[in-house]
Amino acid sequence: MADLEDLYREIILDHYRSPRNRGELEGDGVVRVEGFNPLCGDEIVVSAIFSDGQLSDIKIGGQGCSISQSSASLMSAAVKGKSIEQVRQIIDTFKTLMTVHEAQLEETETSVEPEPVDLRSLGELAALQGVVKFPVRIKCATLSWNTLTQCLGEAGL
Amino acid sequence: MATMSHDHPFDLEAIRKDFPILSREIHGRRIVYLDSAASSLPPHPVVESMSNYYETTHANVHRGVYATAEEATRLYEGARGVVGRFLGATDPNHEIVFTKNTTESINLLAGSWGRANLSEGDAVVLSIMEHHANIVPWQMLAAEKGIELRWIDIDSHGRLVLDNLDELLNGAKLLSVTAMSNVLGTINPIGELARRAHAAGALIHVDGAQAVPHLPTNVTELDLDFLSFSGHKVLGPTGIGVLWGRASLLKDMPPFLGGGGMILDVRTDRFLAAEAPQRFEAGTPPIAEAVGLAEAIRYIEQIGIGAIRAHEAALTSHALDVLNDRFGESLVVHGPPAGDDRGGVLSFTLGDIHAHDVAQILDSVGVCVRPGHHCAKPLMRHLGVPATARASFGLYSGEDDVAILVEGLEQTAKLFS
Repeated sequence: MADLEDLYREIILDHYRSPRNRGELEGDGVVRVEGFNPLCGDEIVVSAIFSDGQLSDIKIGGQGCSISQSSASLMSAAVKGKSIEQVRQIIDTFKTLMTVHEAQLEETETSVEPEPVDLRSLGELAALQGVVKFPVRIKCATLSWNTLTQCLGEAGL
Repeated sequence: MATMSHDHPFDLEAIRKDFPILSREIHGRRIVYLDSAASSLPPHPVVESMSNYYETTHANVHRGVYATAEEATRLYEGARGVVGRFLGATDPNHEIVFTKNTTESINLLAGSWGRANLSEGDAVVLSIMEHHANIVPWQMLAAEKGIELRWIDIDSHGRLVLDNLDELLNGAKLLSVTAMSNVLGTINPIGELARRAHAAGALIHVDGAQAVPHLPTNVTELDLDFLSFSGHKVLGPTGIGVLWGRASLLKDMPPFLGGGGMILDVRTDRFLAAEAPQRFEAGTPPIAEAVGLAEAIRYIEQIGIGAIRAHEAALTSHALDVLNDRFGESLVVHGPPAGDDRGGVLSFTLGDIHAHDVAQILDSVGVCVRPGHHCAKPLMRHLGVPATARASFGLYSGEDDVAILVEGLEQTAKLFS
């Protein structure tokens, strides 16, 4: 069995206990998207402001388990103030980290050799890599990221 | 509900030997299976009956004239008799319909009886503690037919509020309600509900998915009109469920699914439907599953459903005491206190720790519980919780299982403190 410590790292528990950028943005120019995990009923509300080619502000609302909440908190800290291009890059890197392992776990014969993920580029987000050893929880970790991707779409970016 | 007599004392260790999965280790620890409300484990005789069937008998039913086809038909039809006896049905051959599961049974009821008998403005009464299986089919019918859905509320102990039931039933055509909540463990007063539905001129359908495996359930004594349950929660296989209905009602209901096996005659411009129950069993039915279900019921009857209820009721009472002693107010178990109207389903929240995290830590000590909304989102909204962790008992559960549950919960509380 994968170790529980791989899942519940200190950084994750810290972001769960003291979530960053918690709340909802209001007013003109706010893009707001709700994301649901129908399996467990978790919901994430991502509200964001895009201006001058940047994700200038982001807040996270909703409720969920420690993994979905800390992943959302870590994400908000990682993308806030970054250029749209950088935001996309971070999202792609994070999703690759999750899907690579999903493919490996399913032992798909056709799985292509994954692009190596540069964990250093992820900073604190790398703490979430342990989640992939718990396949059921991957959806918890990716919920906020998929919701942010939807935000980009809603904003026409 | 009547209690069946049993000759042998309840021997937990002997019973556990019949369930091979219980000898498995999970993460190096004895498996502690506390998810019987989601699906029960099958005892060896059930698995053996199905593999025997496949290895010695298998043929399609109702068609061939050769020996094995005739045997398969006899086994499949014989299963109706076993189910009927278990439910106290008076005419099993005309009253037991085999479906895929409880969900399909209720869809059949809504799609056949509902579509034929309900029209705009008619009311169906449900309760707020229903599983989605007893909500969504009626909502689909409401969207199609413009029928009205009325809801029985619950009180702070998770019991149905019946003060205004007569008002809710006034002019209603059907009361469709669970005999036992899959979240709260509440055992509902089905006999009283049936009396009051009938007094108001309504029929009653009972979702027996949780009750039939754990409580004596006699459709004749309870004076029911329809009852649904699933094979896989009653120690049987997945892929088979039952809709029991009064023969006089099933006889006039239109077909649900069309195809082979449900007809008397087919021409290019029309078909003539078979009699019930075959009318509702289009296509090759779950034959091996019917064999397994019959074996599961024989297994339960041998131990005695009354003895099973007594064992699970005592265990539920013990678990509620232990959890309260150890965790006090930090652990909230939803539903009524221990007693006659309390089944072995414990949905709980531990502090503000999310159910997913609770279930994850419990898994690390081999404990299988279910986190989430348990397919009862209207109830979860009513309780004001996004999710609960649920531990549920079967006849093979014991106090040693509760002890390991408590150990896992202590670890959970420590990690998230």
